[in-house]
Amino acid sequence: MRPRGSSAPGAASPSERSSRSALTLTAAAAVARIRAGELDAAELWEGYRARAAADEHNAYTWVADGGDPPALGADAPLGGLPVAVKDLFCTEGVPSQAGSKILEGYLPPYTATSVENLARAGAPLLAKTNQDEFAMGSSTENSAYGPTLNPWDVTRVPGGSSGGSAAAVAAGSAPWAIGTDTGGSIRQPAALCGIVGLKPTYGAVSRYGMIAFASSLDQAGPFTRDVTDAALLFGAMAGQDPCDSTSVGLPAPVALPSRTDLRGVRLGVPEELTGEGIEPGVLASFHGALDVARELGASVEPCKLPHAPHALSAYYLIAPAEASSNLARYDGVRYGFRADAAGDLLHMYTETRAQGFGAEVKRRIMLGTYALSSGYYDAYYGRAQKVRTRIREDFDAAWERFDFVVTPTSPTVAFALGAKTADPLSMYLNDFCAVPMSLAGIPGISIPSGLSEGLPVGLQIAGPAFSENALLDAAFALERAIGFDAAPWRHVA
Amino acid sequence: MTTWEPVIGLEIHVQLATRTKMFCGCELSFGEPPNARTCPVCLGLPGTLPVINAQAVHYGLMMGLALECEIASRSIFHRKNYFYPDQAKNYQISQYDIPLCGAGRLGDVRLHRIHLEEDAAKLVHVGASGRIHGADASIVDYNRGGTPLCEIVTEPDLHSAEQAREWLGLLRVTLRQLGVSDVNMEEGSLRCDANVSVRPAGSSELGTKTELKNMNSFRFLERGVNAEIERQIGLLEAGEPVAQETLHFDPAGGRLSSLRSKEEAHDYRYFPEPDLVPLVPTEAMLAAAHDALPELPAARAARYRERWGLADDPARLLAYEPRYGDYFEAVAGAGANGRAAANWVTDLRARIGADADPSASAVTPAALAQLVALVDARQVGAGAARQVLDRMVAEGGDPAAIVEREGLGSLDGGDELAGVVAAAIAANGPAAEKVRAGNEKAMGPIVGFVMRETKGRADGGEVGRLIREQLAAG
Repeated sequence: MRPRGSSAPGAASPSERSSRSALTLTAAAAVARIRAGELDAAELWEGYRARAAADEHNAYTWVADGGDPPALGADAPLGGLPVAVKDLFCTEGVPSQAGSKILEGYLPPYTATSVENLARAGAPLLAKTNQDEFAMGSSTENSAYGPTLNPWDVTRVPGGSSGGSAAAVAAGSAPWAIGTDTGGSIRQPAALCGIVGLKPTYGAVSRYGMIAFASSLDQAGPFTRDVTDAALLFGAMAGQDPCDSTSVGLPAPVALPSRTDLRGVRLGVPEELTGEGIEPGVLASFHGALDVARELGASVEPCKLPHAPHALSAYYLIAPAEASSNLARYDGVRYGFRADAAGDLLHMYTETRAQGFGAEVKRRIMLGTYALSSGYYDAYYGRAQKVRTRIREDFDAAWERFDFVVTPTSPTVAFALGAKTADPLSMYLNDFCAVPMSLAGIPGISIPSGLSEGLPVGLQIAGPAFSENALLDAAFALERAIGFDAAPWRHVA
Repeated sequence: MTTWEPVIGLEIHVQLATRTKMFCGCELSFGEPPNARTCPVCLGLPGTLPVINAQAVHYGLMMGLALECEIASRSIFHRKNYFYPDQAKNYQISQYDIPLCGAGRLGDVRLHRIHLEEDAAKLVHVGASGRIHGADASIVDYNRGGTPLCEIVTEPDLHSAEQAREWLGLLRVTLRQLGVSDVNMEEGSLRCDANVSVRPAGSSELGTKTELKNMNSFRFLERGVNAEIERQIGLLEAGEPVAQETLHFDPAGGRLSSLRSKEEAHDYRYFPEPDLVPLVPTEAMLAAAHDALPELPAARAARYRERWGLADDPARLLAYEPRYGDYFEAVAGAGANGRAAANWVTDLRARIGADADPSASAVTPAALAQLVALVDARQVGAGAARQVLDRMVAEGGDPAAIVEREGLGSLDGGDELAGVVAAAIAANGPAAEKVRAGNEKAMGPIVGFVMRETKGRADGGEVGRLIREQLAAG
């Protein structure tokens, strides 16, 4: 790993200037130029690699070494344009620590299916990105490797848990990135960093090789500069995987979005997710986006998701319950961190886990263990599953009247570092609008809808399972009409 | 004094003889170096996911159909959570409230359920104690970890240790016949735990049960259960309660020691395995399992009783040892009388051994059928026929030719036999007196004399008739 710091000043050669300007292209535009022979994939690789190595936001936990680039796959569909990958994706021989001390220095012997799909499609691994430990958090402050800073304002958080990926794309140090979303961990940081984040339908992207947080909710997806890039990256990641029984083939190949209007599109605005608790500036931006949608020809009507207000409670039983079991394997016996603890097996277990896990992870393991305990199972885990079914039914009912539902992605803009670390509940509330979609397993995309107090606001569009093509089309039309152009990546010299 | 009735249920774990492990592509291990048969999945490495082994499901369905179980139209896997190094993930993927197979039956015993799960790894404790407590170190071999297991649970329908042993024998031959497992108790591919309670005879309430573990042979099962029945009766007769606990049977001392009591029972925090989808057997899967079923020992024994009129014991003996069953059917199929054929096959088995393959012996089914026919036609006496069989086992050949060559043909009711009988009566005066007085059983020494003199060639029935005739005449 290169030492972090600002890139060295000095005169730029013509080729450096051209590769610098190439760094402000969207991925799709860069790929098109590479394929047209106007851009050199290896130069672009080195341009991004150098930027990632000079990272000023603690967005990365590992960056590829300089020197000869790896096999880039410049002839493959993604043109060799490198991708930044959230730490929790297993990458063979490259540290994969899930933001945790308990996996410090862990080098997996295999690579996650989605990352391998990307490499095969011509998106080689550029760097690993910082995250909340085991994806538990909404600010990337729960990382054993320090917090990631928001490129819009380094005193603020980038959101989480995939905050490193969001910050990397927003800052322009990676052309695109992937992350995971369990209860908002792609959409919320995308919103707080002013970029595009797509959480696909549960099952669309293989989970094999993703270090698990909550198996029934975890889903990988892209962070990109625009909606077209999201379609491009998502299409290359997705697909049924024999190593993941819960993965499902997409009903149709991912198409690049092209729609420029929303005529005939019916948008539902859930009352339960667009009222109390949303910051006024966020709400104003949201209503502005609804006006744009109407101008594009969409109908915008209120809709009801009666059980959505209970989603967060159900989520904080189901996700910790699964996590308590998924994280049981980190015991110091086989890999990762082991405490120097003379004594018996139990002592080794308890010391390793006490020292290896951070506070939020411990909190959720305890919550989940309690929720699954004999005598409490029905009251907690069982009941939460019933709520989950109701939420799914709420959405099913909504799809009879609407094509999509729209909400603000996050109730707030990026908040100050440390502002919520002492109050887990207020941190959890940040995912209030994102969690219902996770419980229902449906896709949601966050695109920038504007600014509030100089910080980006995200618009969430969610649709029925496997409606990604239509969802990307609608998002594309709105993105074009909104014309958001304030993101830092556009302006990096 | 109270008479006590034992009530016993069994929990049997069977390692399935699939090619690969339950949830990954590693081949099953047979004595490879430690941890040679492992992969990221069965080592529980971060990010890995299980995938259900189709062959294990096929075997499970075969067992369910063979044991007359209700097959669940949709079963699910659960996680059984506990911290111990023998599970790489610190949970075992098993089935809980919706197993692959529900209620069934084998012989007189009802089955409660059959479910699929993964086996644990092997731990070796280094140090003087040999157990985890006090060990210097413990090392883990994950080769066995993830091997497919089927757990078969019976209803408490057994009432003695002997019956439990015998029924487990039936289960074993049935599973062997299905070809789903090696069912070797010594090697651990068949493991049996027993739930034991006793109650006053005639009571319909169940007593407090204990669970006996580690009975890794048929003999230990019988000894362990008997020891526990005795222990429980002793407690109850002394007015003391039986505590619900798990007991470990130590075959060396024949003693039972407590592993854990009900109060110490684990809370396994079972919940549905979110990494797997429900297991829904299709019509095609069920048809394939059905088509793969061979005739099972119990059905085979019934067929032998019905078709050839065999008694229970020979029918079971031949049906439970398929190679002898097949051989018997070939002999009977070559035209021999079924009951006689069964007796002669049993005789052959006694000569060449239960583990030998009779079809590979020097005695062809056709030759044995001929011998049976010679005996039936009284051309060879029973004793002489056994000598013929000895020859056939040793050198093969045609029984009629052996009879001819060795001069073992029956003596019919001619003068020669009458003369031998007369000599036999003369030589056994006291026995003859008893027979004259009406004690037919006293005839033995006289018959024995005749058989010795004739080298077994005389027909037993004819000898008896002649003895009675001559004694009545004399």
